[in-house]
Amino acid sequence: MRRPWLSLAVATTALLITAAPTLACGGLIGPNGAVNLLRTTTFAGYTDGVEHYVTSFEFAGGGGAFGSITPLPGIPTDVERGGDWTLQRLIRETDPAPEAAFLSAGDAGGTAREAEVLLETTIDALDITILRGGGDEVGLWAKNHGFRLPPDAPEVLDFYADRSPIFMAAAFDADAAAARGQAVGDGTPVHLTIPTDNPWVPLRILGLGKAAGETVEADVYLLTDVEPALLPRAGAFIESNGLILDHSAAATDLLLDDLRSDAGMEWIPDEAWLTKVVVDTRAGDLDFDLAIDASGAGAPSPIDAGFAPFGPDPAPGAPVALYLLLAATTLIAVPLVLDRSTRGRTGRPPLAGA
Amino acid sequence: MPMVVALLIVALTTVGCAPGPQTVTITLRYSAFDVTELRVPRGVPLTLVLVNDDPIDHEWLIGDEEFHEAHRTGTHAAHGEVPTEVTVPALETVETTITFEEAGTFAYVCHLPGHEAYGMVGILTVSD
Repeated sequence: MRRPWLSLAVATTALLITAAPTLACGGLIGPNGAVNLLRTTTFAGYTDGVEHYVTSFEFAGGGGAFGSITPLPGIPTDVERGGDWTLQRLIRETDPAPEAAFLSAGDAGGTAREAEVLLETTIDALDITILRGGGDEVGLWAKNHGFRLPPDAPEVLDFYADRSPIFMAAAFDADAAAARGQAVGDGTPVHLTIPTDNPWVPLRILGLGKAAGETVEADVYLLTDVEPALLPRAGAFIESNGLILDHSAAATDLLLDDLRSDAGMEWIPDEAWLTKVVVDTRAGDLDFDLAIDASGAGAPSPIDAGFAPFGPDPAPGAPVALYLLLAATTLIAVPLVLDRSTRGRTGRPPLAGA
Repeated sequence: MPMVVALLIVALTTVGCAPGPQTVTITLRYSAFDVTELRVPRGVPLTLVLVNDDPIDHEWLIGDEEFHEAHRTGTHAAHGEVPTEVTVPALETVETTITFEEAGTFAYVCHLPGHEAYGMVGILTVSD
C-alpha cells in the first residue's frame, strides 16, 4: 500500500529535524555493505544544454565511512561547493504547511580495468570522484577503493553504463567530519555542472542494496519553462507505477528569486513551471528512471527511462505531449524499510560475512 | 559372429567405464550462479571452474545446513584453504576439485552479506 502523503510528511519531518538536506542521490553503501537509511537530496536544473546538479551530504553522526554512487547524464565540467538551502525552499513551496506535517508525523584483476578517473575533488569531509567506464570498470574501481557493493550492484551499474558511462562516487568520512567539527545535520552541498542534451533523473539507483519488498520514497522536483513531458508518466494524485503527480503549477516569482539568490544558482530563469513527482514504490518494482524531454518535442526517451533497450516492456503510461525548454530537478529520497526484519528477497535477515 | 563381437565391446565399455573425473564450469554473473543444480557420483573427483564475471567478489561454499549456518555468522574474510570453501575475486576464475565420499544433497552458497538472500544458492546431489 503506497502512502504518498505519509512520505511527504516523513520527508518534511526529517528536513525540519535536521534543518538540512541529507545524503546524495545515489546508491548508498555502508562500511559493512548494508545500505544506510539516511536521506538523499539532489537538485538538478537544466537550461541551455547544461544541467546543474546540487547534492547535499549530511553528517548524521557516528563514525566510519559511507559511499554513494550516482549515475550522471554526462561529464561534469565543474564540481564545486553548492548552495545550502535550495532544497528547503522548494519543499516549502510545494508543502505550504510543513509545521503541521511535523507535528502530525510521528542508505582487480581479470580482464576488466578500473574506470577512468575524470575528476577528483574534496569538499569538506567528502571525496568526490567522477568516473567514466562500463559497469564492470566502475564496480571494480569502487571495490578497489573501499566501496562494498551490494549484490545487485553489477546489474544496476550495467543498467546505467549502457546509457551513460559517467558516474559520481562520493566517499563520506564521518570521522573526518567529526574531526572538522561538523555537527549532526550539517550538510555538504555539491554542485555539478553537466553539459548534456537531455536531463534524466536516476530512480532505480535508489533501490540499490534493498530487498525487493522494501519501499523507496522520493520527491522529485522539476522546474521547467513549461509543463514537462515525462516518462514514466506520473498519475495525477493517483498511483501510477509508483509515481504520483503531487504538484504542477507555474513557479512563483518569489520562489524563483529565492532560488536564484542561493550560491551558484544564478542560472535560474525568470519564468518556470514547477512540478513535483512523488516516488513511492517497492524497490523490486523500481526498475526505471525518469526521462524528461527538454527538446520541446514532447517525447521523453524510453531509453532515458530505462525501458529500452533493456526489454520489450512498454512504458506504464503514454508520455504527455508537452514542451519542456528548461528542467530543474530536485530529488529527495527517503528510503524506508517497511519490514526491517525481512531485508532479503527470501525473507532472511542480513547475512554476515562467511 | 559380428553380433557377438559387438555385444562384447558394449559389455567391456560398460564395465570399464566407471565415471572418471568430471569438470563443470559455473559462471557467476549479476550475483547469480548460472548452474544451480549439479549431480555427481560418489567417489568421483569433481573439478569446478568458477568464473566470476562480476566486478564484486563472490564465494562458493558447499556443505550441509550446519556448515552453512556457521558461515552465515562467520567472520572469514576469504576462503581458499579448503576445496569446499572458495572465494572468487571480482572478474577472476578459480578452480577447485572435490571428491564426495558420501551420498547426499548439499547446498552451495555465496555467504557474502546479502548474496544468499539475493539468490546465490545452488544444489549439488551426490549419488551412490
